[in-house]
Amino acid sequence: MGKPPKKKNLADKVRKTKTSTEIKNNPFEVKINRKKFDILGRKSKHDVGLPGVSRSKAINKRKETLLKEYKTKDKANKFIDKRFGEYDTKMDPEEKILQRFSMERQRTQDKKDMYNLNEEEELTHYGQSLSEMEKLNDMVDSDDDADEKGVLSAELTASHFGGGGLLRRKTQGEKDNGGNQRAKSRQELIEELILKSKQEKRERQNQKEESQVLTEKLDQDWKSIQGLLAHKNAPKADRLEEEDKPKLDEYDMMVRELGFEMKAQPSEKMKTPEEVAREERERLQKLEADRLRRMMGDVVEDCTKTQAHMSADDLNDGFILDGDEKPTLAYQVRDQAGSALSGKGPGRLCLVGEGTKLDGKWNINEEGAKIEGDDEEEGGEGESGEEESGGEEGSGEDSHSDLDSEQESEGGEEEVEEEEKDEEEKDEVPATKSQLSEEERKAQAEAAKTELPYTFKAPESYSDLKGLLQGHPADHQCIILARTQKCNHPSLAVGNKLKLQKLFGFLLEYVGELASRSPPELSTIDKIIPQLYGLCQLFPEAASKAMQTTLVDSAHRMEEVLEVKGRAAFPQLDMLIYLKITALLFPTSDFRHPVTTPALLYISQALTKCPVMSLEDVTSGLVLCCLAVEYISFSKRFCPELINFLLGVLHLAVQDKTSTGYSVVPPFRQNGKVSDLLVLSDPESSQTWSKKTLPLSATQTLTLTTDLDTDHYRLSAVATCMDLLKHCSSLYRELTSYSHIFQPITTLLSKHLPIKTYPAALQDLHGEILATISGSLTSRPLLVFQKKKPIPLKLFTPKIVEVLDYGKKRGNTKEEREKERLNHKYKKEFKGALREIRKDTRFLAREKLNEVMGRDAERKRKVKELFGSLATQEGEWKALKRRKNSRH
Amino acid sequence: MAASRRCNVSSENLTVNDVKTPKIDINGKVDLIIQSKKHANDVFDVLEYLQSEKEKNVVCAIDGCTKLFSTLLERGELYVGQLPKEELLIGGDRSADEKYCMFMRHRYNGCLELLLEHISHESYQIKESALCALMQFASMEGKFPLQDLDWSEHYSFPRELIQAVVERLLSQEEDMALLISRFQEYLDMEDVRYYVMSSVRENVGRVMDKTKGAVMPIYQNNVFTLLSNINMPSQESELTNYLVKQEAKHEDWKAAKLKEHKRTFERLWLGFLKYKLPSSMYKKVLVILHDSILPHISNPTVMIDFLTAAYDVGGAISLLALNGLFVLIHQHNLDYPDFYKKLYSLLEPSVFHVKYRARFFHLANLFLSSTHLPVYLVAAFAKRLSRLALTAPPAVLLMVLPFICNLIRRHPACRVLIHRPSGADEACDDPYLMEEEDPSQCHALESSLWEIQTLQKHYHPDVATAAMAINKPLSQQEDAISELLELSTYELMERDLKHKQSKTVPLEFDPATQLLQGSGGVGVLGLNFSLE
Repeated sequence: MGKPPKKKNLADKVRKTKTSTEIKNNPFEVKINRKKFDILGRKSKHDVGLPGVSRSKAINKRKETLLKEYKTKDKANKFIDKRFGEYDTKMDPEEKILQRFSMERQRTQDKKDMYNLNEEEELTHYGQSLSEMEKLNDMVDSDDDADEKGVLSAELTASHFGGGGLLRRKTQGEKDNGGNQRAKSRQELIEELILKSKQEKRERQNQKEESQVLTEKLDQDWKSIQGLLAHKNAPKADRLEEEDKPKLDEYDMMVRELGFEMKAQPSEKMKTPEEVAREERERLQKLEADRLRRMMGDVVEDCTKTQAHMSADDLNDGFILDGDEKPTLAYQVRDQAGSALSGKGPGRLCLVGEGTKLDGKWNINEEGAKIEGDDEEEGGEGESGEEESGGEEGSGEDSHSDLDSEQESEGGEEEVEEEEKDEEEKDEVPATKSQLSEEERKAQAEAAKTELPYTFKAPESYSDLKGLLQGHPADHQCIILARTQKCNHPSLAVGNKLKLQKLFGFLLEYVGELASRSPPELSTIDKIIPQLYGLCQLFPEAASKAMQTTLVDSAHRMEEVLEVKGRAAFPQLDMLIYLKITALLFPTSDFRHPVTTPALLYISQALTKCPVMSLEDVTSGLVLCCLAVEYISFSKRFCPELINFLLGVLHLAVQDKTSTGYSVVPPFRQNGKVSDLLVLSDPESSQTWSKKTLPLSATQTLTLTTDLDTDHYRLSAVATCMDLLKHCSSLYRELTSYSHIFQPITTLLSKHLPIKTYPAALQDLHGEILATISGSLTSRPLLVFQKKKPIPLKLFTPKIVEVLDYGKKRGNTKEEREKERLNHKYKKEFKGALREIRKDTRFLAREKLNEVMGRDAERKRKVKELFGSLATQEGEWKALKRRKNSRH
Repeated sequence: MAASRRCNVSSENLTVNDVKTPKIDINGKVDLIIQSKKHANDVFDVLEYLQSEKEKNVVCAIDGCTKLFSTLLERGELYVGQLPKEELLIGGDRSADEKYCMFMRHRYNGCLELLLEHISHESYQIKESALCALMQFASMEGKFPLQDLDWSEHYSFPRELIQAVVERLLSQEEDMALLISRFQEYLDMEDVRYYVMSSVRENVGRVMDKTKGAVMPIYQNNVFTLLSNINMPSQESELTNYLVKQEAKHEDWKAAKLKEHKRTFERLWLGFLKYKLPSSMYKKVLVILHDSILPHISNPTVMIDFLTAAYDVGGAISLLALNGLFVLIHQHNLDYPDFYKKLYSLLEPSVFHVKYRARFFHLANLFLSSTHLPVYLVAAFAKRLSRLALTAPPAVLLMVLPFICNLIRRHPACRVLIHRPSGADEACDDPYLMEEEDPSQCHALESSLWEIQTLQKHYHPDVATAAMAINKPLSQQEDAISELLELSTYELMERDLKHKQSKTVPLEFDPATQLLQGSGGVGVLGLNFSLE
């Protein structure tokens, strides 16, 4: 009713009245596009066209847009229909109405029901409240009442107002149920009909009543049963209904909480110790395999090239299988820790908590040791903690250890805490160990620890670090470092990462200084090692860089001295310590490693270029040899300098140097003023000798007062040398030139070394080495080239090239093709637009013509009308005239 | 008169010293003397300054003297010819001018003596100034000779002066290396060089005869320094730079003939090498022998004895003699019997550690580059080198391994060393005899290079990779070893560090808890050393 009736042309009418299939089947509507060639497998969209349909569509569209524009052309005023969705073609009319209705409701409701919280919106039907209607329905015999009321009222009005016969009759006639008139012939029939209908009505009413009663009864029954049925929910539900708001809120909160809480996830079952041990072993095996792969380097197989070098650290990150295993391990540990803690209660000081926790941890480690080696267990925990913390730096970690331990004892499942715990634990294991090893000092240390502040600023320079650590015993220095590390964890602040990276460099420097003090404070260094290891695990790049710098600086110094003098002094103790730390922090078995390879070169340089001038030098050299052996012991790589040096050292112990069946290699000389360094001054002194480890400080200063001491020291050096030889002789068994490598040493040992004057232990060692060397195979197959891999046959399967766009390809490069494509598209669009514009103009012209024609037709009609009226007027006038004339 | 005069001057000097600085004093006096003969006696004051304690004063005085006597020489105000004794000067009937000239000539001679003394002064600055002054005088004397040039054969050159300077330079007590290097500037002049060479030869002969051929390290060192500073011209046309220009008969002058230069040079060296040298000197001589001595000797074959003797010494000296011998063999047709045998015996473990390693391997590469060598010889070299490689440091190994591979490439018959398919199955002992000195007897051809296989397990990745080359047939292209010759361990280390780092640095996964904890395998350090 609101819309103006659409003016439709014939085509539209046809189209509207017929379904689409009908149109498609109509041969007059369909135009078939003839194809020149049939191409298999190609689907063409345009084989059939419906020109009529598309034309009418186009015309309609123009009518809606272009025509409207044309009509409103040169008009300033515009009629805008502001009804919702009026111009939205996408909306269904029903939807439109619904939306409008709801908006209407909202508009009316908003103000009225602003403070009405629970009230639902009132539903209406034809403007009447539905609820009210329902109430009416519920009322028994409401219909009748209304009816009878109506009747009564009619009667009443009749009686009251008296009423005219006409009126009365009229109403009764209208109603058709008045029927009390017997005056007419068919009065009885009608009466009967009325009676019948009344009866029917009554029956219906009774039925309704009954059903009403039944329903009510059923309701009551249900209510009584409902209590029984919903007994579980009942109390809460009842309370909810009964009690006032606060209770309800609580419940709501609970519900909501439950809703928001993470869904229960299937958790891993607790693992048995065997399983844990097995997984640990698997992890280690994996790491070991990785180490082996790196050891082989990229020379053996090409596959290593495709597999990027990954650090042990990285491996674990990618090692998803680990994910389930590590937390479990930690969980177990934590659980036990929790039980250990439980006696203490939750409300304790942070520090005490820390202390007790440590004890707990240590116990756990011991328990772990039953499963596997103590070290390995520790390693596992430390490792996992380390690695995960490395990976999850983003996770908020705080240093409120008491909070952690509380959560821990409660068994909170958050992994972050776990890792943190692990890390802490790792850091503090050595400290605790020392505490436990000295029971009496434990309490004292505890007391002292309380004196230490809990937070430390990360040192900005080396002197800061020194200031921080100065004057504290080794244990405390360790704690300070651990706390510094924790307070400045990378996840806590932005700059912390850099600070800790710098800390590694400072620590290294500090270690160097400790080592170069006299006497060197090696036990302190020993305590710092775990800290260094921890930092190194956190920042491998920075650590390797710092280590490299240290090595290169020292090597550069040595090189400068070498260029001037041709020989250099042995590296100082700090360098020896650095080399050892390198071996602890980085894998020494890698085929090529950015730190350990230069370190090994440094050792080699020192062993070849530094002449042995004193017993201190012998000691330094032996330390270097030990390091070299450690570096290569896993990979069993061949180090010629090591053998040369050991030979040279043994040569120092040979008395008669005139006719030897071997030749020593520089820096040693066949004979010279210091070539008798290890010759015993008194053969008798070997009687009183017992095997002792050499002190590391002897590389710097050696104070031997008596000849006996000196001789003992010499024997110890020889013993160390022989021990190293033993290691080497077993390490290099696989080498093809084994016998040639050890040939000079065999000669020296068997013919020249005054072994008779040496103590029994050394003689045993001597025999062992010779047995090992002589026990090796001297013969081996002649060399042949490796068998070439057969060249695979040429394959003739077609080379498949992916074609992304079909059709003609102009241009070779991607850019050219793209340009071509765009050009083509532009052309197509341009043509299309041109066509559309033409159609538009044509349409407009047609419309204009229509308009003109319409106007002309109107004018014609009007003119005709005028002429008509004029003609009649004229006719009438003439007739009148004639009549007048006739009258006259 | 002179003595009294001197006293006066010294007393005067003290007073003057307070008033003016010595420099102004000296310059003023020199100017006065030059201006008029009246002030001739002031020359004593100047000479007095020459003996002063103060270094600055002496230097100033030397400058003054230089100026004074140069001017006098130029003016011809110094007496020419045989100089009578000074005591006789007062008496005798000579004109005042003549007397003045004689007086000045005497002062000039005194000045020369003082300057020569100053050459062995402890201060380098004085030494240098004295030397320069003397050479200035020498140049002036050459232009304005102090001898009578009556006979036609005479060329004016202050031979005595040069001789005296050389004698001073070749001190027996002091190392004059610095001053000699300063002197090199004059040695670039052809005539100076020529006369210096002949005076050095005389000097060496005289001094060494006096000590009966005993070693005199300082003296010989000085001589060597002077000799090694002599740059001989290679072509006659290069002889252009003279201290003294000879107007007459320039072409006949000995100092202007390259042949004469060469002959003097040869005699000089022969004279020097005739005597016993300290071993360090031996090495130094051998180091420069091939490129700064041999090409300038007219008959290089005279060096054969010296070189063969040096080659037989053994060790580093032999290595160095090799270079000279190479030149003789190569350019002068020397036939050295058992040269390769000798070369073979030079291969000892120390060869990888000596300073002249690069030079030796460069030459060895040259000697062994001939494709006409017998196969057994090349095989022996390859085998011996690879055996020695078992004791070599990594930097050397990186050079030796391609070296051996190159040998095998040049002599395809040596391929059996790394590829003997016939005997692939049976195992055998190494038939090679390391002790055998004769390469033809050492059975190298029957052996294989197991040593290189061993080195495939070397700890340095580059060495291991280089050793891997023998696993496959060698490529045709020889490896360039020239840039590997001088490789040092430090350079190797730097190369490792520059090596592009992979994204992550692998870390040790065994957590470190203590310093002496074993890494990798066993804790050897912990077993043998304690934290004390």
